[in-house]
Amino acid sequence: MATQPEEVQAALSGSYKAGFVTNVETDTLPPGLNEDIVRAISARKHEPEWMTEWRLQAYRHWLTMKQPHWAHVNLPEIDLQAISYYSAPKKKPKSLAEVDPEILAAYDKLGVPLHERNKLAGVAVDAVFDSVSVATTAQEQLAKVGVIFCSMSHAIVHHPELVRKYIGSVVPQGDNYFAALNSAVFSDGSFVFIPKGLRCPMELSTYFRINAGHTGQFERTLIIAEEDSVVSYLEGCTAPMRDDNQLHAAVVELVALDRASIKYSTVQNWYPGDENGKGGVYNLVTKRGECRGPDSRITWTQVETGSAVTWKYPSVILRGDRSSGEFYSVAVTKHYQQADTGTKMTHIGRDTRSKIVSKGISAGNSQASYRGLVKVEKNAINARNHTRCDSILIGKKCGSHTFPYMEIKNPTAIVEHEATTSKIADDQLFYCRSRGISEEDAVSLIVNGFCKEVFGELPMEFAVEARKLLEVSLEGAIG
Amino acid sequence: MLKIENLHASIAGKEILKGLSLEVKAGEVHAIMGPNGAGKSTLGNVLAGRPGYEVTAGTVTFNGINLLELEPEARAAAGVFLAFQYPVEIPGVNNTYFLRAALNAQRKARGEKELDSMQFLKVVRGKVKAMGMKPDLLNRAVNEGFSGGEKKRNEVFQMALLEPRLAILDETDSGLDIDALKQVAEGVNALRSPERTFLVITHYQRLLDYIVPDYVHVLADGRIAESGDAQLARELEAHGYAWVREHVAPGVEA
Repeated sequence: MATQPEEVQAALSGSYKAGFVTNVETDTLPPGLNEDIVRAISARKHEPEWMTEWRLQAYRHWLTMKQPHWAHVNLPEIDLQAISYYSAPKKKPKSLAEVDPEILAAYDKLGVPLHERNKLAGVAVDAVFDSVSVATTAQEQLAKVGVIFCSMSHAIVHHPELVRKYIGSVVPQGDNYFAALNSAVFSDGSFVFIPKGLRCPMELSTYFRINAGHTGQFERTLIIAEEDSVVSYLEGCTAPMRDDNQLHAAVVELVALDRASIKYSTVQNWYPGDENGKGGVYNLVTKRGECRGPDSRITWTQVETGSAVTWKYPSVILRGDRSSGEFYSVAVTKHYQQADTGTKMTHIGRDTRSKIVSKGISAGNSQASYRGLVKVEKNAINARNHTRCDSILIGKKCGSHTFPYMEIKNPTAIVEHEATTSKIADDQLFYCRSRGISEEDAVSLIVNGFCKEVFGELPMEFAVEARKLLEVSLEGAIG
Repeated sequence: MLKIENLHASIAGKEILKGLSLEVKAGEVHAIMGPNGAGKSTLGNVLAGRPGYEVTAGTVTFNGINLLELEPEARAAAGVFLAFQYPVEIPGVNNTYFLRAALNAQRKARGEKELDSMQFLKVVRGKVKAMGMKPDLLNRAVNEGFSGGEKKRNEVFQMALLEPRLAILDETDSGLDIDALKQVAEGVNALRSPERTFLVITHYQRLLDYIVPDYVHVLADGRIAESGDAQLARELEAHGYAWVREHVAPGVEA
C-alpha cells in the first residue's frame, strides 16, 4: 500500500522486476533429445548406473507418449528437439564462498538470502540456476539434527539408498508426458529428508531461476518426512524476459510417513510474456504428495502470478487412515496468460479429509481455469472434502472457468463444492477512492482481501512477499 | 467554501440535475430534502466524483478549487467525504488496514507526514473510544457482515477519523431504528465545528430533530425548489412533498 513510498516506486518502475539476464559462462549440451543426451546428462552428474537406467526407461516410455491437450489452454506443440536439456554455470563451486559472484548478485537482486545472513532469517536456501543447484545454505546446521537438505545431484551420489527407495514412488516415470520427460532429463532440484520425530528447525527454501536462453528447466524435488516429523518448504521461481518461450517441466514428490506433516508453499513469478502474449515460460509441472502413513498431513499453498502457460495440479494421495490434504491457491493471470490449475485429492484410507481453497484473479485477455478432481475410492469410509473456488474478473476480455470433477465410490463420503465468480465491483473501487485511496491501490487492497485466506497459510515473510508480488502483477490491470 | 452554480448532471444519458445552485459556508449544516428521483443522491455522488455521472454544465468550487476536475481520491484529500447510502462490503480487508491506507493516502496527497502503525493505532483507538464504537470494529473486515445500523455508524466513524471539511451524508438515516438514528446523529453532532460543513441528504424530517440544520433545501426535478430554515422541514413533514409543488414552486414537476 501507499504506506512505503519506495515500495510503490519500485512497483511502478517495472512490471517484471526479475527480468534480467546474468552473464555467466555455461556448459550447455547441444539442443535435441535422444538416448545419448540422457546418458550425457547422467554422466555429467556422475550418477550411478541404476540412475542412468532409470532415466533411459523413462525416456523410452516418453517416446510412446503424446503431448496432452485436454487442459483449457492453447499450448502450441513444443519442439522438444530445439531446446537444450542441460545448461550449467562453468565454474563448479565447492563451497558457497566459491559461487560465481555474478550468480550471487543475480540472487541478491531477487532478494534470495544466500549469504550467511540467511541464518538470521531462519531460512535455509537451495538455489537452482538453470539446471544445477549452485548453493545450499545452512547445510551443516541442519546436518547436526539429521536433516538432509541438498541438491538432487548430491543426494543421488551421497544418499543413493534414500533416493532409490523414494524417487518415482509418488510420480512414476510414465505418469504423464511431461513427468516422463522430466524423469529422463531432470538436471537438478532439491532433496529433503527429515528423520523420525524431528520438527525441522527452520523453513527450507529453494529458488529456481531460468537464465540461459533456449534451455528447459527440469528440476526434480523429493521431500521425505519420516514418522512424526514436521517440515515447511518454500519454492520461489523467476526467469528473465525473453521473446522466445522457455520450458519449465518440474516434478515434485512428497512422502509423508505416519503422523508426519509437510507444508509446501510456492511463490511462482516466472516471466509471463509481454502484453501482446509474446514470450514467457511454459510452466508444466507435476506435483504430488502422498500421505503414506496414518494421521499424516500434506498442505500445498501456491501463489502463482507468472508463466505464459501454467499447467499444474498439486495433488495429495490420502492413503493413510485419518490423513488430510489441503490445497490453497491464488492464481493471477493478466495479458495473454493462460492458467489451468487446481488439485487432485484421492481418498484411499478411512476417515481421510481434504480441503481445497482456490482463488483466481483474471485481468487483461487472460484465461484462468480451476480444474479439480476429488476421488473417493471404494474403501475410503467417511471421507470428507470441502472445495471452495472463487474468481474475480478485472475488465471485460478475460475469462474464468471452473471444472470440478468428482468420482465417488463410497456412499459414506461427504463432498461439498462452492464456487463464485464476481467482477471487481465498481462500487468497491469507488468506495476506496472516495476515502482517498488511489485506484491502483484500491485494486490491490480488494484483491488482497479476496486472497486473505490463502495468504494466511503462507509462512509470514513469504506472505508479505506474496502481497507485494500481487501488487506488482496487478499494476495497470484496470483502465 | 462550497459554491455550486447551475449544475447539470446526467447518468446514462438521462439528465438528473437541471441547473442546481447552492452556496454553503464553513461550519454550516445544510439539509437537502426532496421526493424520490429529485436528484438528492445524484448531488452527493457528483460532488464525490462517482464514475458514471456526467456533468454537462455548471461549476462546483470548493475552497477556491474546481472540484469537478479532481479524481475522487483527490477530492477526498481536499476534504470531501461522502457517507454512503449503501456502504460497500470489502471482504477480507481489515478495517484498521483500510483506514490507515485511506488516512495516509490523504495525508501524503496533502504533503503531510504519514502515520506509522503505532501512531495510527493510537489515533484510531482514541476515535473508537470517543465515538463509542466496539473495539472489535478494528479487527473486522470493512463492513463485512455488518448490520445496516453498524454500516451507517461505521460511515460516521470513518468521517470522525478522516476529519473532512465537507461531509455529505447520503440518507444516513435510512433503514435505521430510532436508537441507531440517535447514535448516528450524536456522532455527527460531535463532529460539528466552525471548520466543517455538512450536507445532510434525507427523505425525512426525523433525522433533523437530532441534527438541527442551519438551512433546509427542497430539491425537486433537479433544482432547488425552496430554501428555508429548520421550520421548512417541519412543514414538509406535515404537508408532504406535494405541498412544495403546489404552494412553493408551481410548475415544477417532481
